[in-house]
Amino acid sequence: MTAIVTKVAKYGVLILGVVGCVLVWATGASSQEASPLPASAKIDSGDTAWVLASSALVLAMIVPGLALFYGGLVRSKNVIGTMMHSFIILCVVSLIWVLFGYSLAFGPDRGGVIGGLDWAALSGVGSVPHATYGPTIPHLAFAVFQLLFAAFTPALIAGAFAERMKFSAVLLFTILWSIFIYCPLAHWLWGGGWLSKLGALDFAGGAVVHTNSGAAALACAVVLGRRRGWRTDYMAPHNLPFVLVGTGLLWVGWFGFNAGSARGANAVAVGALAATHLAASTAALAWMMVEWMHRGKPTVLGVASGAVAGLATVTPGAGFVGPLSAVLIGGAAGVLSYFAIVSKGKIGYDDALDVVGIHGVGGILGLLATGLLACKALNPAGADGVFFGNPAQFGIQTLTVVSAVVFSFVGTYVILKLVDGLTGLRITPDEEATGLDISQHSERAYS
Amino acid sequence: MKLVEAIIKPFKLDEVKDALLEIGIQGMTVTEVKGFGRQKGHKETYRGTEYTIEFVPKVKIEVAVTDGQVSRVIETITRMAKTGSIGDGKIFVRDLGAVVRIRTGETGESAL
Repeated sequence: MTAIVTKVAKYGVLILGVVGCVLVWATGASSQEASPLPASAKIDSGDTAWVLASSALVLAMIVPGLALFYGGLVRSKNVIGTMMHSFIILCVVSLIWVLFGYSLAFGPDRGGVIGGLDWAALSGVGSVPHATYGPTIPHLAFAVFQLLFAAFTPALIAGAFAERMKFSAVLLFTILWSIFIYCPLAHWLWGGGWLSKLGALDFAGGAVVHTNSGAAALACAVVLGRRRGWRTDYMAPHNLPFVLVGTGLLWVGWFGFNAGSARGANAVAVGALAATHLAASTAALAWMMVEWMHRGKPTVLGVASGAVAGLATVTPGAGFVGPLSAVLIGGAAGVLSYFAIVSKGKIGYDDALDVVGIHGVGGILGLLATGLLACKALNPAGADGVFFGNPAQFGIQTLTVVSAVVFSFVGTYVILKLVDGLTGLRITPDEEATGLDISQHSERAYS
Repeated sequence: MKLVEAIIKPFKLDEVKDALLEIGIQGMTVTEVKGFGRQKGHKETYRGTEYTIEFVPKVKIEVAVTDGQVSRVIETITRMAKTGSIGDGKIFVRDLGAVVRIRTGETGESAL
């Protein structure tokens, strides 16, 4: 029996690939025309410049933002291996995105579930704007901007498997996860898929990025198991200054992440930027106060974590809510994420760098808060939330949360089991004691 | 000849060093160490996880001296390193079997 299972696991990737391709080609038989551009649309240099700048800002969130943030949180023997995750995931996803990832996520809709392969190798994606994805910017600008989102999301997940995952497994996992989990979910919310057709609101990635990575992170923590010495060994962050510098870069970059999602230099972008900043500041203060009361001291790691929680939580609603709503969102984010992390220890799973508590909880809270606080007057392309007379929105947001969590958790679990069968997931206990840097890369961070 | 080993609070290092130079000691070796006696460590909290750190950072000074110098060195170190609170440290005296100055090959007390 085990032999059959092993064989299936070994060929699983191949089988998945073939099945996937067949499905996509089959449903591609009835291809749709891309929506024709209105005659009045033309490229606006201001909009294009902002989207390009935002792409660079989101890039900075990954390298070196997340690299430093995560790098500083792990032990010194693992710092290079951890920073490597951010860098290499960026490179791998970039390639996948251009070959077929963008097409799967944003290509002409197939049954509400996935885009086709019409735009594989970015065919047809050039300087001509796309009517729905950015009528005033070159289509390629949007594709590149979205590439950075596709790279940021799996880089977040790396926080859950920090300090114990094999490098080859990280690569294989990233490839499979980007294709089979990120692209479909992006399509459902942003590429004309079924959730967007139901009116789900996700301005910059509450579901696609944060809830998605949070649920996936939980699957990783569960499947990989705890680090050796969890709760008994000293596993404190080895370089908190790194963490703070990383937080700063994430905060700055998030202006591009959220405000860039307006796809133009316009009023919605301004609102999104303001909301982003206010949520981050308020969340940092909220976390600090709760921690001060709960544990007796305000910590700088708490302020940093609070800020990131605020940034993640405001992401789905940034372009739909006003500044004061953003303050409320930030306050809730700081408090809820704090308690999510405190209860992690009680529940007993080792999500090493708190992806679940900050991004998972943040994304879910943010999506639901958007259902309450969204205001169509601020962004006509959005909708009203419960507090603006549209109770149905909360139901749609809840459906989005549930769909994202279930799809991401189950899908990630399956992929992890597959990768475990093909390459093995964890490094050996000896390698774990030596550290990722020496065992996976033959490099030492500090001489 | 004796090796006087003193474990002291790190911020006292400069005072002890200057005082030893004044009484004619011409060299020493200093190491950063961790330890505890009756001084308790401290608590650290990172995202809700609390660690109790038992080891306290200290500095170890090693001075090689003649038998005649020992009591003066002990008195000097004690006087300069003392604060009165727990964790001031300890002094150990060991026998030195031989001493060699590498540059010249001198041995014994002339190598000190």
